[in-house]
Amino acid sequence: MNQKKLLNRLFAYTAAILCYLMPAIGYTAGGSNVPLLNAQVNLDNQAAIQHGAKYFVNYCMGCHAAEYIRYQLLENTGLTSQQIKDNLIFDNGKVSDLMKTALPQQDAVTWFSGPVPDLTLTARIRGGADWIYTYLKGFYTDPGRPLGANNTLYPNVGMPNVLWSLEGIKSPVYRYQVKHQGVLEREFTDEATAVAYVEQQGSEYKLEKVVDHLVVTQPGSLSEAEFDQVARDISAFLDYIAEPMKQERQQLGWWVLLFLSVFSTLAYFMKKAWWEDIH
Amino acid sequence: MSLINWVDRRFPATKVWNEHLAEYYAPKNFNFWYFFGSLALLVLVNQIVTGVWLAMAYKPSAAEAFASVEYIMRDMDYGWLIRYLHSTGASAFFVVVYLHMFRGLIYGSYREPRELVWIIGLVIYLIMMATAFFGYLLPWGQMSYWGAQVIVNLFAAVPFVGEDLSVWIRGDYVISDATLNRFFALHFLLPFVLAALVFIHIVALHKVGSNNPDGIEIKQNKDEQGIPKDGIRFHPYYTVKDTVGVGVFLIFFTAVVFFWPDVGGLFLEAPNFEPANPLKTPEHIAPVWYFTPFYAMLRAIPPMFGSQFPGVLVMFASILILFALPWLDRSPVKSIRYKGGIFKFAITLFAISFVILGYLGMIPSTRVILGLEASFWAQIFTGLYFLFFILMPWYSRLNQAQPVPERVTA
Ligand code: HEC
Ligand code: HEM
Repeated sequence: MNQKKLLNRLFAYTAAILCYLMPAIGYTAGGSNVPLLNAQVNLDNQAAIQHGAKYFVNYCMGCHAAEYIRYQLLENTGLTSQQIKDNLIFDNGKVSDLMKTALPQQDAVTWFSGPVPDLTLTARIRGGADWIYTYLKGFYTDPGRPLGANNTLYPNVGMPNVLWSLEGIKSPVYRYQVKHQGVLEREFTDEATAVAYVEQQGSEYKLEKVVDHLVVTQPGSLSEAEFDQVARDISAFLDYIAEPMKQERQQLGWWVLLFLSVFSTLAYFMKKAWWEDIH
Repeated sequence: MSLINWVDRRFPATKVWNEHLAEYYAPKNFNFWYFFGSLALLVLVNQIVTGVWLAMAYKPSAAEAFASVEYIMRDMDYGWLIRYLHSTGASAFFVVVYLHMFRGLIYGSYREPRELVWIIGLVIYLIMMATAFFGYLLPWGQMSYWGAQVIVNLFAAVPFVGEDLSVWIRGDYVISDATLNRFFALHFLLPFVLAALVFIHIVALHKVGSNNPDGIEIKQNKDEQGIPKDGIRFHPYYTVKDTVGVGVFLIFFTAVVFFWPDVGGLFLEAPNFEPANPLKTPEHIAPVWYFTPFYAMLRAIPPMFGSQFPGVLVMFASILILFALPWLDRSPVKSIRYKGGIFKFAITLFAISFVILGYLGMIPSTRVILGLEASFWAQIFTGLYFLFFILMPWYSRLNQAQPVPERVTA
């Protein structure tokens, strides 16, 4: 049984290594280290998805498409086809149309120095709704950018701050990091002190300005809590369309597992019965 | 029974049934490791059935491929299920076959008289890898595109003919519509080649008989009727036993399909949800997990004389060396049960090296682990991988073997 023990141990080690590595494997997209906010998306909340869809067609589809889904899909969230037609389709399109944008790609490239990405699968590419939520809440004014806006999660983003009339205008409060050969040495909240410190330390020390947090400098039409809800609903909508069959898949999954458990149990007893006389 | 008689006079139906199932005597002591052969067959059937279904809606052109996969996922009835069964099935195939091959390693199933069974198995494995590689281009996502770009470029590293060779494979100077179209043709074809090879694999196995966890030849111990004393009929004994294996395997398999189809980026990589964009190279290109041990070995070897060719050679050698295994093992016994500590140590180290190489192939080669770059660790474990084989003729003979029992143990 020495050999069995060895194999068991080998197995356990392999499993342990795999479990340990698993979290490291997940693909981290985007080049920023900003911690993600929790969007608290609940895909059972159909009203939130409908609400998000309304914002999406009003505020986003001028530039972005979701061209792998049809308007019709929203019937699964409880809307009737007439409601979809009345509230979500502006030209005289059909509910079976794909959700394409009216913006020609050519114009997008000239206006935004690059194509505008389709958003159908963004939630899957970016690993979930939290990324989108954090992104939507991360816009701030930056006169240095061509469109006057920057983003904490997506530095130097090409998208303007399209929700500013709702959220208001936010300005950054910076933190000043002094680095020595790339290693963080000290942090300051005040620029003058930081500059003085660097000058005193010498040329090997570099000063970097990072966004610490954002403050509203000009309120929008919504309160902060109301805006969070809008951002959350848009994130829920985008999360939903990235994999609309997710809930159906999980529900079906329980039945399949139930069936297979019964099947395996029966198979096990059948095997036992057949093997009774084999020693 | 007149129908079966009618058939038997024209086709050896009963004869085949008896030879391969009802009167095929298999050792009675098969254990856990022996489930994976029949499971590999199950997964192959799954791939063929779901694959043909997908092919009915899939469009093999650069302009339409990505959207047609999304059409399958969203607009086709249960298209998402068929696609997840196929994508999860590809990974499951490799899980099952890696365990199946590891079984062969620990019980010495590659040794005389089963050399051909082993070699045919390796050909199956090579074709499986080709099939998976062609298939991964089809969804035409970012990783499909750039992964294929990296792998086909390896062929460009072959001296003299490399450039022409890579153009010949792609049908173009870059991965393009032409490449996608031909990869689809090959991806459709190869599983049927696999099915034929599996048939040959089993014919070869049934000629010599199955090995078992004790590594004993049961045919050397027969009763008066010429039936191995330690043998039992494959059908019904192993058919009912394998049915249990199938049930338990499907529980794990469908749990992934229904609850975790991308397995955190391992089975379906996140960048592959973005359509292929020849102008935008992803920050980090990594093949799917089942290729990463070999990818790590490739990257472990630094370019020499400005050419990646040495790395390419090492990568291919790491697979080809498996063909020599039947002649490298000089141990007097087959099964690990009766081999000494040195062999047990070597095989443990080998298995660990393979898993670690798999991890190293997923991460950027410049990432620092325990103070050293991943590419350094990849060199160490590539070395250990090869030493397992290269030193085997010596340590397997040195190795103190324990006496092998006359009959199989429970
Ligand atoms: C004026 C045109 C315009 C509008 C309106 C617009 N966007 Fe964008 N968006 C862009 C552009 C351009 C980019 C590409 C930015 C880049 O890559 O630098 C972008 C990028 C994004 C991304 C990042 C995608 C990724 O994975 O990189 C998200 C998410 C996004 N937009 C969401 C939205 C949402 C939600 C709305 C509606 C509230 C919206 N956008 C409205 C132009 C627009
Ligand atoms: C498509 C993939 C494959 C299928 C469907 C398949 C199927 C099978 C089946 C059904 C058996 C007999 C039952 C069993 O041992 O569990 C078997 C035996 C065997 N296979 Fe495979 N196989 C595949 C790939 C491979 C590969 C890649 C190898 C290794 C290189 C391999 C090596 C062997 C060996 C050595 C045996 C004899 C095992 C023994 O008796 O101990 N097979 N295979």
